[in-house]
Amino acid sequence: MFLQQLVNGLTIGGIYALIAIGYSLVYGILRIVNFAHGDIFMMGSFFGLIISKASGLSFLVVAPIAMACTGMLGMLVERLAYRPLRGADSMSVLICAMGVSTLLANLAQLIFGTQTHLYSVGFQLRHFQFGSVSITNLQFIMVIITVVSLTILLAFVKKTKFGIAMRATSNNLTTAKMMGINTNIVISITFAIGSMLASGAGMMVGMYYDAVFPTMGFSYGIKAFAAAVLGGIGSLPGAMLGGLTIGVVESLGSAYLSSGYRNAFAFGIMIIVLILKPTGIMGKVVREKV
Amino acid sequence: MLEIHELHVKYGVIPALHGISLSVKEGEMVSLIGANGAGKSTTLRAISGIVRPTEGYITLCGQEITSMGAHKIAGLGVAHVPEGRGVFPNLTVMENLSLGAYLRKNKLEIAEDAEWVFEVFPRIYERKKQLAGTLSGGELQMLAIARAMMARPRLLLLDEPSMGLSPILVEEVFRMVCELNHDRGVTILLVEQNARMALTVSDRAYVMETGEIVASGVSQELMQRDEIRRAYLGA
Repeated sequence: MFLQQLVNGLTIGGIYALIAIGYSLVYGILRIVNFAHGDIFMMGSFFGLIISKASGLSFLVVAPIAMACTGMLGMLVERLAYRPLRGADSMSVLICAMGVSTLLANLAQLIFGTQTHLYSVGFQLRHFQFGSVSITNLQFIMVIITVVSLTILLAFVKKTKFGIAMRATSNNLTTAKMMGINTNIVISITFAIGSMLASGAGMMVGMYYDAVFPTMGFSYGIKAFAAAVLGGIGSLPGAMLGGLTIGVVESLGSAYLSSGYRNAFAFGIMIIVLILKPTGIMGKVVREKV
Repeated sequence: MLEIHELHVKYGVIPALHGISLSVKEGEMVSLIGANGAGKSTTLRAISGIVRPTEGYITLCGQEITSMGAHKIAGLGVAHVPEGRGVFPNLTVMENLSLGAYLRKNKLEIAEDAEWVFEVFPRIYERKKQLAGTLSGGELQMLAIARAMMARPRLLLLDEPSMGLSPILVEEVFRMVCELNHDRGVTILLVEQNARMALTVSDRAYVMETGEIVASGVSQELMQRDEIRRAYLGA
């Protein structure tokens, strides 16, 4: 049972990691917590479902389209909700983020209805038995997609010219402008990348549990936020590590202690981290700029 | 090359510049001297588009840049070495340099300039793989200037290059600044609290006090004026 729960934990932990990246990317550049990110994840999941239903295309074609749509949604949210508040105090931005979150969740209820939808996108589930551990083909795919997309993202941020510009913008926005970097575009793209990863995560969650509903953004969003805090918000490897940790702890905790406390584990970890090491595992101490 | 006309800048409600006018000609080195809070840095920040003037205008080679975005002004060939140097501490020295050339396309020319920069600043070459945050104060200043050179600027805005440096390093940094101006023909607008040094190296100078220009002229002549000597040169 331990191995089985470990596998399940790593699978869902990868999902948390993909969502947590979005929090960390945005926080790294704008020092704001995008509380609407969980709802963007939810919208990304719905986009996949409705595009699949409407077009009847293979999900391999649908998924990138849904991710692109979600990326645009993320950019739209930044443009309309956050950019006008650039330089405003953090409380205003926080309230605005919660407003956007509520808006998206309610919009989804209005459009898709409040009920839970089956995630019928034509995926054939198969089970493989390895000793006592049962793994589905979907779990394999999820782990591979998670690992591949996170590797590509890290390489992109580390090696490419645009990646260096992203890190420079996150280091010091004003100086980045002086280098000729169009920081508004960098910020837009950052939101797009985070939203696309969240969309991928949303579609995989939809298939994994065969369910999507308009309010699911909240619990996933807040758990991924806990993962980002655990890893050290602003740090990409930290977000990955935090996501996997939360996934495994949640999975083992609900198996061995009580599944009723499933959600409590993530928040418990977050509270402990905030008390003992607020900068997280891989976070750096950020000095307040004078 | 650079013309500033009746420029006003406010930080919130607090005025920082009360209508200053100045000009810098192609190939000149001009210094702005004055006490803390006189508005010297604000002037540079207005030129590079980091702060928005409330009145007045700035032109670069005849083109108005007053309300242009900072990244566009950088694209016109203005490189700003900000006060406190403004390098990116979490990026390597090499990455910092590459950002100086962010808007340039010709890889060959960029590589040539990198070689030249390393020749001028051998210390930077030794540290090229280190995070910039681990450099010493003098090295940071050299990196900031080196990075600006990677942009092949037409106009270099230098904000307090001597700040926090030992006298020997100050000499070294100013020797390099003069080389840039004489040998490479880079037009330089220099902000400096070390008025003696600034007046020695520059062609012309403007003296600022509380957001206004109170004196201007050829640097050598300014150095002879009694009121300047008393107020800024301690003589």
